[in-house]
Amino acid sequence: MSLNEIYNWGRSNSVWPLQFGLACCAIEMIASTMARYDMARFGSEVFRPSPRQADLMIVSGTVTKKMVPQIVRLYNQMAEPKYVIAMGACAISGGPFKQGYNVLKGIDRYIPVDIHLPGCPPKPEALIHALMSLQKMIADQPLTGEGRPRHLKPEGASEFPIPHQGEQDLEPPCNPHIWRPPAIPRPVTA
Amino acid sequence: MPSHGGATAKVPTEAGAPRGPDAYRLTAGDNEYDDGSLLEISMGPQHPSTHGVFRMDVVLDGETVVKLKPVFGYLHRNHEKIAESASYLAAMPYTDRLDYFCSLTNNWAYALAVEKLAGLQVPERAEFLRVITAELTRLQNHVCLAGFLMQDMGASGTPLMYGFREREKILDLFEALTGARMMCNYMRFGGCRCDTPPGWLEEVRKVVDRFPRFLDEFENLLSSNEILMARTQGIGVLTRDLAINAGITGPVLRSCGVDYDLRKVDGYGLYPKFQFRVPLGDHGDTYDRYMMRILEMRESLGILRQALDAIPEGPILDPKSKLRGFRPKPGEAYGRIEAPKGELGFYLISDGSPNPYRYRIRPPSLINLTVLEDLCLGHNVADTVTILGSIDIVLGEVDR
Amino acid sequence: MAATGDSAAGHRLNLDPNEFGTTSESSASVETLEQILPRMKVAIPGVTFEVVPNSAPGAEPSWLVDREHALSAAFFLRDDSTLRLDYCSNVTGVDWPERTIKVKVRKGEPGAEKEVEETRVVPGYLEVVYHLYSMAAKHGPVVLRVRTPGRGNDVSLPSLTPVWRSCELQEREVYDLFGVHFENHPDLRRLLMWEGFKDHPMRKDYVPPDDYEYEPTPHDEILEKAQARLARREASS
Repeated sequence: MSLNEIYNWGRSNSVWPLQFGLACCAIEMIASTMARYDMARFGSEVFRPSPRQADLMIVSGTVTKKMVPQIVRLYNQMAEPKYVIAMGACAISGGPFKQGYNVLKGIDRYIPVDIHLPGCPPKPEALIHALMSLQKMIADQPLTGEGRPRHLKPEGASEFPIPHQGEQDLEPPCNPHIWRPPAIPRPVTA
Repeated sequence: MPSHGGATAKVPTEAGAPRGPDAYRLTAGDNEYDDGSLLEISMGPQHPSTHGVFRMDVVLDGETVVKLKPVFGYLHRNHEKIAESASYLAAMPYTDRLDYFCSLTNNWAYALAVEKLAGLQVPERAEFLRVITAELTRLQNHVCLAGFLMQDMGASGTPLMYGFREREKILDLFEALTGARMMCNYMRFGGCRCDTPPGWLEEVRKVVDRFPRFLDEFENLLSSNEILMARTQGIGVLTRDLAINAGITGPVLRSCGVDYDLRKVDGYGLYPKFQFRVPLGDHGDTYDRYMMRILEMRESLGILRQALDAIPEGPILDPKSKLRGFRPKPGEAYGRIEAPKGELGFYLISDGSPNPYRYRIRPPSLINLTVLEDLCLGHNVADTVTILGSIDIVLGEVDR
Repeated sequence: MAATGDSAAGHRLNLDPNEFGTTSESSASVETLEQILPRMKVAIPGVTFEVVPNSAPGAEPSWLVDREHALSAAFFLRDDSTLRLDYCSNVTGVDWPERTIKVKVRKGEPGAEKEVEETRVVPGYLEVVYHLYSMAAKHGPVVLRVRTPGRGNDVSLPSLTPVWRSCELQEREVYDLFGVHFENHPDLRRLLMWEGFKDHPMRKDYVPPDDYEYEPTPHDEILEKAQARLARREASS
């Protein structure tokens, strides 16, 4: 057993999520902690109400523009190492409510997301799969070199600017260092 | 805490946002509150005991609530605006996401409004299926509500676990019938989407037969529990006249003694055919609201048994209803049902096009919150959480 | 705040085996309007009343009241001993922008009149619709409509919150999303959007912010909209 493996074994098997449910996906998140799909078996024994004590923020539900400053603030208050699972279609990209004027088209516009979990809502088994993928991701992180986790990098950013609620929209509409609209290669039409 | 270097790794500058202490001050202008002895706290939007992203700005004198202003809108998903650019049928999955615990009753309310708008008839088997699914929804909603109320009071999730255990059994039934656990999207205009799989009704009967034993165990543990009684009796008393004037509906209204249950008053669907009683409360306090849900669960079991005995064979969709190209004639309709939270209504204005001209949802949770301040004044901060839990809100419905 | 002893003492069950529910929607129809209207004209001098027909099959006609007398009409409807409409169920805002409608008009000399279709421009207005029921007498609904004089940014209507408290939050929402100011509302602030927001999103001419930076598979109308959006963005940048 190398030091890397032991270090990551401790980290990945005790990921404590933040009590953070926004909308319908939150109910499936709660259901996944209940007796049938018990998520505590995987190390997420307690959902901490305080961001200081939590490792994982499961953004479950639609992110509205009114709520975004609070979410980014909470993310900033979490202590490193911290991870984000974007649970459900709404947190990934706006979901069914994508046309809405008050809906943010995905929380990854402002904070870095580690695992995207599609579904509307994803079943509790899917959430457990996402948690297990996160645990695998954590267990695979090396301690040195380029791929090392953010909390071991001296220049790793752990706090992100909070958008300001302007007159029509959030300012800025996204954090350009984290998210850019994907360049989709389109066939050239004559 | 500043982090190290990097373009994004600055201390977040909140330029422009909170514009000084007056921005959130509720008490600006009330000179009596300016002596600094009162504490103004903001409970939410992320808080372990608010039911979703809901914020309450509370002004406290010690531990006693002096003023309380709820703040909504953190889950405002523009359902009404989206529905204006979507067809009538495309708005049906959005109704699932309104009160996300009770997607089937939301579907029914919308289907009822559209059927009134377009003049569609529902065949009998579909009506029975609607009643069965609605009462199952009511059961799982009320049992989860009791669980969440206990959780808010500090029971650390054990009653919630019991409640969710029963809810999982009902969700399995929904998954077998509609294909989804929560967002069922089952009702259509003029009936239901699909018929029951073989053996489904027997499974429902098994769940319904085992439920009273679970309810007895639940009540044994909770209803005469000293802590529950001490923390809820006499707390958050709602008077009859205020309740009627403030438009409160549902179990909250009936806990004040007002006999207004839409299943009896409007007699929509097949409810006139079923024998059931409407529980009423005497005191209007939190304990009464809790007991309303327990008693309503028992009545729902009675309705379910009657429906399972009487359900006929037959079609489940009105042959005149069109799934594609549905264009109701110009006009308007208001359809309402007794959802587990209260009166859920849909007001639709049609101008003859495939999309609604105006699509309005009458949200029971939002209207029930009108009296939150009145109920909480004079009580402790811990009681606000209990009172909010007993009013039973779901933010998807409050904010739409 | 003392805890009462017996937990089951306060709960009566309302046993009504013979009341299998009544449809409540027939009571306040146009027919009874003829009986109510003279009473109302006596109680509120100067009120103008118009019945707006509803051509849907479930037809509930609605009553249009002028805005100067809306508050007195509301008090009358609530306090009248036959109507007793003590429960305001729903408050809706509707935006009617300016539209042209076709009207059949009889034109020509007397004796040789013909029906001609004319187009008329109906000026735009905002409308608030109240659905009223009676919990005391278990009938309803009575649909009350009030219209604003125009669609500008400072249109106002009297608030019916002094009559029915259930209008309080719903009128705040109509103010937030449509821009109708309610006079004498106890606390008129935005409900759903944040405080600095400047628009009224549910209006028909609202332009949503441009935060749709990419469209995965645009085609047909969506492609046209995406191209228009891109052109607007390039023109402004």
